[in-house]
Amino acid sequence: MKSNLFNMIAALLVVSVCSAASIGYVYQKTSEPIAQAKQAKIMSAIQEMVGTFDNNPIEEKTAISGNDVELYPARENGTITSVAVKSFSNQGFGGKIELILGILMDGTVTGYKVTQQNETPGLGSQVTEEKFSSQFVGLNTHSNKFRLSKDGGEIDAVTGATISSKAVIDAVQKAVSAYNNFAGAISHDTEE
Amino acid sequence: MTLKNSWNNLTRGIIRENPVFVMMLGMCPTLGVTTSMQNGLGMGLATLFVLMMSNIFISLVKSLIPNMVRIPCYIVMIASFVTIINLLMEAYLPALHEQLGIYIPLIVVNCIILGRAEAFASKNNVWQSLMDALGMGLGFTLALTLLGATREILGSGSLLGISLFGENAYPILLFIMPPGAFLALAGLIMVFNKMVGANK
Repeated sequence: MKSNLFNMIAALLVVSVCSAASIGYVYQKTSEPIAQAKQAKIMSAIQEMVGTFDNNPIEEKTAISGNDVELYPARENGTITSVAVKSFSNQGFGGKIELILGILMDGTVTGYKVTQQNETPGLGSQVTEEKFSSQFVGLNTHSNKFRLSKDGGEIDAVTGATISSKAVIDAVQKAVSAYNNFAGAISHDTEE
Repeated sequence: MTLKNSWNNLTRGIIRENPVFVMMLGMCPTLGVTTSMQNGLGMGLATLFVLMMSNIFISLVKSLIPNMVRIPCYIVMIASFVTIINLLMEAYLPALHEQLGIYIPLIVVNCIILGRAEAFASKNNVWQSLMDALGMGLGFTLALTLLGATREILGSGSLLGISLFGENAYPILLFIMPPGAFLALAGLIMVFNKMVGANK
């Protein structure tokens, strides 16, 4: 078709409007399933990390002001047995890494589960796998350092993915310090 | 005649003008996501879907779009389809969506899609364009799946996540790193040319 000013503007306008309308429609249709999928993922991660509980940790979450670390306390018969800490790091190879760390009330780490990452598939994404994450299980928030072994810590980095490994450690350290504050405040409360 | 044409258009993309092995188009996702067979297959199918949608719609509206603004129009339409499939995957296939990550939005700039829109769909009818998209999409999926399988077997010692050589095997880690993508692709192109070349 021969172009003139009018039909060029009309064609671009119609194409843009149709695109915007169809994207808007799909966005509306999918926003709920997307939110549900995210919520379900957090819930299942919490469940996996802290085991059994009889409250709703998502309703009782406390955010540490200043940074976006969130604590989800899991209770059994009213007493807090363990805490799932949602933490993040912006130092990943592909941007933000978000994870949930499970900690018992005596400070023992039960493990972590990555809920969001954009690391290189098959390489940096190995930090989500058991082989790397199991190194955190059993460490104690009071006595361990949570550092890479070459920096004098307990964790061996994933081969070829030092940046991703460091980002996970960064997120875990944030979670640990948030937990220590939280646990300190609770024991303070019970003493009074 | 039309049947023969359709068949021709369908098979062209799979073998004679395979987008990856022959035309060398879409190298970014080809080299980037194919660290496992599942990633390659998922990426190939997502591209196939976008390619079919864009070819169908572009061949439908080809006579309504002024020549001078055809590329911007095609790009807006392609970007819309990619955004839609991105949202759908995030909602209904969250696990795969997470694996492929940034490469899904990047389908927009995959030159196969604009290439087929410009070279084929803007000159042919809807049926033939659909056949062409199917052929090219399947060819791309086939190439990515083969490359993903090769790299996964060599680099992780597994296929579709199932370990092949047992716990104590040391796979060639290089093959799931970026340089391994080039090596594996070169090897596959060599095999492909040998097989197809012999048929010519």
